[in-house]
Amino acid sequence: MSGDILKRDPAVLNLGVGTFAEAIGAAGGTVVDVDWRPPAGGSRGAGMELAALVNHPRIEAANREAFARFLAAEPMASGIGSAIDVLPGMGSRTILHAGPPVAWEDMCGPMRGAVLGAILFEGWAEDLDRARSLADSGGIDFDPCHRHRAVGPMSGVVSPSMPMWIVENAAAGNAAFSSLNEGLGKVLRFGANGPEVIERLRWMRDELADVLARTLDGLGPIELKPLIAQALHMGDEAHNRNAAATSLLIKRLVPPALRSGADPDSIARAFAFMAGNDHFFINLSMAACKAMLDAARGVPGSSMVTAMARNGVEFGVQMSATGDRWFTAPAPVVDGLYFSGFGREDAARDIGDSAITETAGLGGFAMAAAPAIVRFVGGSASEAIAASREMRRITIGENPAFTLPILDFSAAPAGIDVRKVADGGLLPIVNTGIAHREAGIGQIGAGITAAPMDCFVQAVRALHRAPAPKGEGPA
Amino acid sequence: MAVETLLRRGLYRDSVTLMRLAAALEARPGVARASAVMATPANLRMLAEHGVAAAGTEAGANDLLIALEGEDGDVLADALDEAAALLEGGDAPAAPVGGAAAAPRPRSLAEARDGLPEATLALISCPGEYAAAEAMKALRLGLDAMIFSDNVALEDEVALKREAEERGRLVMGPDCGTAIVSGVPLGFANRVRRGAIGVVGASGTGLQQVTCLIDRRGAGISHAIGTGGRDLSREVGGATTLRALAMLAVDGSTGTVVLVSKPPDGDVMRRVLDAAAATGKPVVACFPGAASPPALPAGVRFAATLDEAAALATGVPIPSAGIDVPRATGRDRLVGLFSGGTFCYEAQAVAAPRLGRILSNAPLDPGDAVDGDTGGAHVMLDLGDDALTRGRPHPMIDYGPRLERIRAAAAAPDTAAILIDVVLGTGAHDDPASVLAPVVGEFDGPVAVGSVCGTEADPQCLSRQEGALREAGMIVAESNARAARIAAEIAGGDGS
Repeated sequence: MSGDILKRDPAVLNLGVGTFAEAIGAAGGTVVDVDWRPPAGGSRGAGMELAALVNHPRIEAANREAFARFLAAEPMASGIGSAIDVLPGMGSRTILHAGPPVAWEDMCGPMRGAVLGAILFEGWAEDLDRARSLADSGGIDFDPCHRHRAVGPMSGVVSPSMPMWIVENAAAGNAAFSSLNEGLGKVLRFGANGPEVIERLRWMRDELADVLARTLDGLGPIELKPLIAQALHMGDEAHNRNAAATSLLIKRLVPPALRSGADPDSIARAFAFMAGNDHFFINLSMAACKAMLDAARGVPGSSMVTAMARNGVEFGVQMSATGDRWFTAPAPVVDGLYFSGFGREDAARDIGDSAITETAGLGGFAMAAAPAIVRFVGGSASEAIAASREMRRITIGENPAFTLPILDFSAAPAGIDVRKVADGGLLPIVNTGIAHREAGIGQIGAGITAAPMDCFVQAVRALHRAPAPKGEGPA
Repeated sequence: MAVETLLRRGLYRDSVTLMRLAAALEARPGVARASAVMATPANLRMLAEHGVAAAGTEAGANDLLIALEGEDGDVLADALDEAAALLEGGDAPAAPVGGAAAAPRPRSLAEARDGLPEATLALISCPGEYAAAEAMKALRLGLDAMIFSDNVALEDEVALKREAEERGRLVMGPDCGTAIVSGVPLGFANRVRRGAIGVVGASGTGLQQVTCLIDRRGAGISHAIGTGGRDLSREVGGATTLRALAMLAVDGSTGTVVLVSKPPDGDVMRRVLDAAAATGKPVVACFPGAASPPALPAGVRFAATLDEAAALATGVPIPSAGIDVPRATGRDRLVGLFSGGTFCYEAQAVAAPRLGRILSNAPLDPGDAVDGDTGGAHVMLDLGDDALTRGRPHPMIDYGPRLERIRAAAAAPDTAAILIDVVLGTGAHDDPASVLAPVVGEFDGPVAVGSVCGTEADPQCLSRQEGALREAGMIVAESNARAARIAAEIAGGDGS
């Protein structure tokens, strides 16, 4: 029996009626007034389950383990390979897409457009009508990129012969993959599937991939964490701004490319293409984040988020303890700034695997690093700093590899804890581009959106139901 | 009758803020009834019972709903504009008070504890349906918990107190209105002096009254530990009371122990009295309304009223000097209208031997139950009872409904005395005398009798409140028990 409370000076956490905190303070007591709202989205049942998981020794230990694996990861860009050759479990008639699983008939406009484009690109049909018939007839297997250790921006469509970045985690041996970035404008990831789009994809497969593969052969693996860290100090947040990282990548690639023996015209075209697209690095950033987070996957009892991804219909969250299981909720329509001539009514719902960057503590979580783009996503510089500070409140810790100069080089928050999200109601923010709801029109704006609470409430409930390992009772 | 509603999604405000907002809106001319609630299923049902079903269809627990009723829709719309402006004004304290100067307020107990690692206690006053979960978090974080919230399920209370026992922690409540720990007031507490008397109480107003009466006698409080109204029930078994007594037993600052409760379950009462005796300190046990003093172990004295408890604990007796009691000619009925449940119960226990049968919504004898003043008979109502407050602010905060009942009782030709309690301190009305005195001043025939539960250090100031009420013609006694005795005498008791 402790009796502490009568011996020590009362230090009170006040939750509910604010005037009680004032009275405690007026009487000389120490008090912190909690900015409370009903947890777990207001669900009493989920709230009770959440309470049983707070300060739980097994979960705290599991999170230390998962977070340590995440921090220890050393993602290296080591090569380029065809999806069919490098992606585990990739089928010869499979098309991958962003986000959690979604059936062909339920896909949003941009994703359907991208799928049709991929069918044409693979030569499985001669025109769009036949491509549509093929998809309608069930002739294509659809699967999320994440199921094959891959990530793709926007629609995230990957077909068997597309070239993929190979990113290996030197610390744990796992690998992650992503497609190559096509640039802006009419591009497959936004659902465009005209002849110039297919032509570009074929060129990327036949020439760009070859130049990159030969270059990486000569250069050896590129350490991505230091490169991203440097880019953060140059104004990138590694999701919506990749101008610095793209330049740094090109700097690294040029000398070995020139020595690679590739045709000089091919090299020139490849670098002109990369130099013309400030977003070229985003796919590598995503694969690096995926490699780091996959290292934290599958730790029993860990409430750490290992993936956030959207398919244009649903927003999905994965948690370390529950492996590949998705917790989904309707994807939000992004409140953002729209290019002239477009508005909210034109927007597709939130889409893309690129929220893997926020999951790893970049993008919206590292917003303070990128004052140059905050206006683009509808914010001010001070809001960007506040956003990075806020996200610390829902993470397990910070990633010392990524520091934020404007916040005195403090480390970027990382490792979202589903319990913290459900308890305080502060949602992970995601910097994102906005796609037109119809296929092929492309990006029509950008903004900041938030992961839906319901995903985290479901994750809490799943964690509550997860059996404790043998030999351990409840704590 | 027109109805206007305002729904603000994702905006949370605590219940007291909402009650104050509702009271402010209802004070506007043309607003017959104002409700300001979080749109929980229970609150939506309650509004629907009053015919306010609009706008609530897709609202949830995180959405704030204001509903106004009145004759003129334009007047209501203006009032809603004001409500919106008041809501924009934001929440009460914007930053930690007296603590570290971190920028944003924490949004959960876990986050708050991270910011204040030396935290000892969580004071929980969120809506009852969420309170058990918050208390469980507090225990898991190594904190003691005080649950001010009511409407917590009995099985949740039992589970929480079992968990607390396993973890060596204290759970005060649920429905624990007040506590004072080392001079720090928690919940609806008064600013009392510090001293050597430790109090354990199952009733919030009972605890407030006894600590204030001790303060009035010049003595002080070491700690006042609330247990919640159900702690001494058979199901809960006095878990918190027993723990609190054990804590006071080893507490160096506590010389005397006062135990306050409605008459508890027989077995539990024996166990609690034995534990009280085992503290080895002088103990005063007060069970207002108990038919007769229970068999007491050595070292435990019995007090029939809270006043007596304070007298025994301090050694300062109740003054015997009587008040010159006026006669209310041709009138013989006592009407008691209380904001505190224990005051209502204690007043019945004091007055019943003189007046006989007293009807009440919280009667001494279940056969005397009524749900309002039906006229003709003596009646004492606990206006803080859930059944009467539904959708309205608590009568300690909002005097409106009680003033209506006072006026109605004063207008009845047979009413001899109207007995009132006035509670001061944190959470109570800012200036009760300012609204009560004008009504009392208009009495023509009945006598107003009351007591003020508070201290000089309370924000409302005891002597100022008493002075204003006396000036308006109220007989103000120092305690509720004494006021009840005077009122009973006026209404025709023999004064013995």
